[in-house]
Amino acid sequence: MIDENEFVRLLENEFEDVEEGSLKPDSSYREIPNFSSMYALIIIAFIDNEFDVLLTGEDLRSTETIADLYAIIQKKLNK
Amino acid sequence: MGCKIKHITYHLASEVISNEDLSFEFPEFTAQRIYKNGGIKKRYRTIESVIGSDLAYNAATRLFEETELQRDDVEFILFCTEGLDYIAPMTACLLQDRLGLRQDIGALDLPSGCSGFTNAVGMAKAIIESGQSTNVLLLFGDTPGLVSHPKDFVLRSLFSDAGAAVWVVKSKENKIGKVVYGVDGSGVKHLFVDQSCLRNPPNEAWFEKNKEVGGMPRGQMKMDGLGVFRFSLKKVPVLVDNILKKNDLQIDDIDLFVFHQASKIILKSIQRKLKISDKKMAYYIEENGNTVSVSIPLALKEAEKEGRISKGSKVLIAGFGIGFSWSGTVLFY
Repeated sequence: MIDENEFVRLLENEFEDVEEGSLKPDSSYREIPNFSSMYALIIIAFIDNEFDVLLTGEDLRSTETIADLYAIIQKKLNK
Repeated sequence: MGCKIKHITYHLASEVISNEDLSFEFPEFTAQRIYKNGGIKKRYRTIESVIGSDLAYNAATRLFEETELQRDDVEFILFCTEGLDYIAPMTACLLQDRLGLRQDIGALDLPSGCSGFTNAVGMAKAIIESGQSTNVLLLFGDTPGLVSHPKDFVLRSLFSDAGAAVWVVKSKENKIGKVVYGVDGSGVKHLFVDQSCLRNPPNEAWFEKNKEVGGMPRGQMKMDGLGVFRFSLKKVPVLVDNILKKNDLQIDDIDLFVFHQASKIILKSIQRKLKISDKKMAYYIEENGNTVSVSIPLALKEAEKEGRISKGSKVLIAGFGIGFSWSGTVLFY
């Protein structure tokens, strides 16, 4: 699996409004400029495509930062 | 013996809703943001007195004008809608009379939503290949706008009201591939029309709750967007794989993928997952919104007009959504 920093970089690429290098592992993904429910879908699709892990609404509700997302993917992949 | 789709017509509802119109009603969203989020420029809404069977009737009338099909040639009609005229009788009966069709024909309703077109094509194929009919007229009419709460931005910005008519005819060469079906009724909670029928009819409390918006007497569509999105990501790639396997085809054999135009984000995510090139992917949601059972015939018609479908083309069609329900096949041109 790619490392956490690579994950942040790839996630950044998913959003047009996000400048490269502006997100960090401890950034709250809900604070991405113009974050909306559409962005949540973009995150789910990105993770599904990249890791074959389909996050649930509950997974999103239980996470805050990008590092949390990374951790939940790792947990699901190790199951 | 086989069958083929001979002609498609569609009819969009009369009222055009632009992003500027929506932004006026929902000032928290600019027109630009609405477009950026949903990828839709305009959608169509019917007026209260015009429902699904009216939109289907208009499309069918035009089909008779545009083709050599005579009313007396029609031996079976299937009417697909989620907005029937009455619980009983079947709306297909009303359409037989209204369209002036013969009385010795089959007429059935198919309340099927977003997988309606592919389900109906599968049924038409079965009717023709079993020798029951030569000409089947598929009619579609969906009016999600009539069951969307006026304050529900997501539904109001996504859905359109529209009708379609599709002529399926017996042919020497078979042009409609083997059909794959699927259903998961546990998905009902993610997309349904609440307080709409015998199980849970609208009551006094419901009318009181919705009195400022006319009472929502036809019920209210409720959508868990995340649930529908997850379903689409999980099931549609498997559906495509099963359609290809059942028809002995590889993904590269397909010239155009025409999915139900659910939403731009769903289509983009499926395209990415299946690694489909832009050239082979049909997007007709920008100018039309999600027209439910009409979205695939509308896309096929537009793709034909644009020359993206021609003789020899293999077109994979896949419908999916409310139910959950999904189906699809390959059309050989």
